[in-house]
Amino acid sequence: MTQQCKTSKAIGGMGHSIKRKEDVRFVQGKGNYVDDIKLDGMLYMDIVRSPYAYAKIKKIDAEAALKIPGVVAVVTGKDLEQYNLHWMPTLMSDTQMVLPTDTVMYQAQEVAAVIATSRYAARDGREAVRVDYEPMKPVIDPFKALDPDAPVLRTDKPGKTDNHIWHWEVGDKAKTEEVFANAEVVVKEQMHIPRIHVASIETCGCVADYDKVNNHLTMYMTTQAPHAIRTVIALVAGHVGLTEEKVRVVAPDIGGGFGGKVPVYPGYVIAIAVSFLVGKPVKWIEDRSENLQADSFARDYHITAEMAGTKEGKILATRFKVLADHGYTDASANPSKFPTGMFSIATGSYDYHTAYMEADAIYTNKPPGGVAYRCSFRVTEAVHAIERMTDRFALEIGKDPAQLRFENFIKKEDFPWPSPTGWIYDSGDYEAGLRKAMDAIGYDELRKEQAEKRANGELMGIGISTFTEVVGAGPSKDFDILGIKMFDSAEIRVHPTGKAIARFGTKSQGQGHETTYAQIIAEELGIPAENIQVEEGDTDTAPYGLGTYASRSTPTAGAAAAIAARKLRDKARKIAAYLLEVSEDDLEWEPGKFFVKGAPEKAKTIQELVFAAYTNHPQGMEAGFEATHYYDPPNLTFPSGAYICVVDIDKETGGINVRRFVAIDDCGNIINPMIVQGQVHGGLTQGIAPAMYESLVYDEAGNILNGTFMDYLVPTAVESPNWETGHVITPSPHHPIGAKGVGESPTVGAPPAIANAIVDALSPYGITHLDIPITPYKVWKALKEKGAI
Amino acid sequence: MKQITVTVNGQPHTAEVEPRLLLVHYIRENLNLTGTHIGCDTSSCGACTILLDGKSVKSCTVLAVQANGKSVATVEGLCAPGAALHPIQEGFKENHGLHCGYCTPGMMMRAIELLEQNPNPTEEEIRWGISGNLCRCTGYNNIVKAIQYAGAKIRGEETPSTEPQFV
Repeated sequence: MTQQCKTSKAIGGMGHSIKRKEDVRFVQGKGNYVDDIKLDGMLYMDIVRSPYAYAKIKKIDAEAALKIPGVVAVVTGKDLEQYNLHWMPTLMSDTQMVLPTDTVMYQAQEVAAVIATSRYAARDGREAVRVDYEPMKPVIDPFKALDPDAPVLRTDKPGKTDNHIWHWEVGDKAKTEEVFANAEVVVKEQMHIPRIHVASIETCGCVADYDKVNNHLTMYMTTQAPHAIRTVIALVAGHVGLTEEKVRVVAPDIGGGFGGKVPVYPGYVIAIAVSFLVGKPVKWIEDRSENLQADSFARDYHITAEMAGTKEGKILATRFKVLADHGYTDASANPSKFPTGMFSIATGSYDYHTAYMEADAIYTNKPPGGVAYRCSFRVTEAVHAIERMTDRFALEIGKDPAQLRFENFIKKEDFPWPSPTGWIYDSGDYEAGLRKAMDAIGYDELRKEQAEKRANGELMGIGISTFTEVVGAGPSKDFDILGIKMFDSAEIRVHPTGKAIARFGTKSQGQGHETTYAQIIAEELGIPAENIQVEEGDTDTAPYGLGTYASRSTPTAGAAAAIAARKLRDKARKIAAYLLEVSEDDLEWEPGKFFVKGAPEKAKTIQELVFAAYTNHPQGMEAGFEATHYYDPPNLTFPSGAYICVVDIDKETGGINVRRFVAIDDCGNIINPMIVQGQVHGGLTQGIAPAMYESLVYDEAGNILNGTFMDYLVPTAVESPNWETGHVITPSPHHPIGAKGVGESPTVGAPPAIANAIVDALSPYGITHLDIPITPYKVWKALKEKGAI
Repeated sequence: MKQITVTVNGQPHTAEVEPRLLLVHYIRENLNLTGTHIGCDTSSCGACTILLDGKSVKSCTVLAVQANGKSVATVEGLCAPGAALHPIQEGFKENHGLHCGYCTPGMMMRAIELLEQNPNPTEEEIRWGISGNLCRCTGYNNIVKAIQYAGAKIRGEETPSTEPQFV
């Protein structure tokens, strides 16, 4: 840590580990989550789901359900079709069924909705709805989806003759082929980044409250992007009168989002439609199994990865070919122009200039997705590919993987650095990060210990990941979602007594915005963070913004906060000059006050200046003390990290013990070290999850085999090791406060560190790659196949 | 319907309930004590953990009628509004033991019983002790710290530093 605090602890600006303001209510059970909302006359909705992955619906019989006391309606796709609401657009401009009229496309797809006066009656009704299906042979294996005899799934699309969605490519194909053809060393692996789920502990849900008298909809929902949702509702339902000023979206406290609460799920739309028709509030809360089985998945990239280099260890080129399994519709949550998100960051932290990447997306009979799960749009997949291949290359030429990285890193003096796929990296010091991680973990001693253990036939591995992320989407030139540019906003209003309220277009789901945004404003204005109330999530009051995901809140809305505060500081300076009867140029600022140069006793505090803005402002100046800023970032930010993992493996059982894990992050300047560390801890556990435990598994018929928390293995405190964390700091040169964003770095960087450690342990037996999640069985099987046991 | 009387946070409540009504729904919907959360449907996550006659249980796996004549403690009963926080609440707040706050009430109720059974647990004992409660946000490091802090406070000892430690 080299960052110095510019404000006192009492002001609590940047760099102070002040305790979180929001925790006062959370630890007393006074959070307000969607399922806590209870409105007069509220109806409850439950959803009938398909047991088949692909089937024709022959008949939906609601007669028995409607006889159940409390059941008031059963809604089907045919009902919604009358209002043209049976299909909806996805964020990637594909189409998704709200409720099917004739065909179900994946197991657990919504088939009908039961509306009742209580939660239990709705569930009873769900069980009583009879649906006759005619099952069809599904497309499950993505590698067979493009076979000539594969059934064409999207028959709703006129002229569609196969299951191909799109092709994407970037880089110089010819030059890459030439480098590969002439390279001394080429390594290649086929890898799968498994289909996983965000599994936030709160599932998704809503209360749709349509008021027929005032023609007004209030939609309380688990959303990370309330403004965008309001616009989408107005665009889809404007023709029935729900124009944008008649819609209020409220995201109350959110129990974890991680990208899974960005999409619009059918349940939300059905709840709105029912509330609109009956004029009563409708609550829909999915249960955990529905959440895992039907809501958007993440990842599911099959990658053919290749790296070319010299025998001495110079990386010359990489080539990645992706097969992306999107399920039955492309419901990714990517910026419009980026079908693979930021996958092209896959050239990593290394100084080479030749790369080619391509991707093909296909339809299968699985749930739609994929969301950017704690990841700035496919960066996790990219980082896994490059970091695995870097280790693979080191293994091939017999060079220490740390040494190989030092020899190939982009040097800190070479920033801004143009990547071969078109990014301009803003700043970084990769060498310092890796050096610090190696010192912290005792790398050289560990390698000695490993050599001794290997001599005894024991399995110990050390894995490194030195990743670069690309976050903070993004500059309006390139980044939009459904056409809306990806700026974000802050509005600061300081009351006469010097206390403030600030509102944002983002929405915290646990990141601590109520504390960190207050600290940014405290840094700029000198008003204590504890006197700044932060609000988000209500479209009636907050300025427009695109929401919280992709580590974008600090890079966008955090920047907006700093600039809005600086506008206010400029106003305060004018008022100070007036009150102190000096020119503005004669004033100096220190956090919390302006004083006359050379006469520090002649000063006005920010509180005095704000009071004057309401009581004694200069004639001709606008009264009040408010500012708003919409921040359009000039570039993305590029956080990086150096992670090292040590594992011990039981040769007989394949059991893997993560002995130590050191994470050194560079997220630029730090707003609150305690919160940044907390984000890193949490992200690391979400990194060990897919590396060792989690993946959504389907059988050949499209049945999900682990669609509940009984068998989808979210790590507990026992599986999660004691994380050791630290920082190097290279401020982002283009960001107003030099910050880069941190929430996703650990989720992105941890899986390859763990996979590399495990493969390193097994490499003496000729094992060069294992797909994550790497389970004891997978390890044991690989050792068995290699004759090691 | 069956009549039950349950003492919740010291207050007796009598109600007519369906025999199948889950205790968690009774707490959340009949009594409007929404601090107790629901995170799964398989008794795996522990977000609904409460104390039933002093023992931590997952209230999604208990019927309301099974709580008849018993006492229930929820997060709302840990401290009176405006009063000093319970040591476990203070521990979580001071050590950044929560992010989204959704698992927190259940995690704290479990930790209270853990500390009653084992007033000075090791890190490993804490990790195993809360292994029936899932947290998706924190990575557990700071939950362990929070429980260690609360343990020290309950034992009347000096509480450990709450400053983040970096390598």
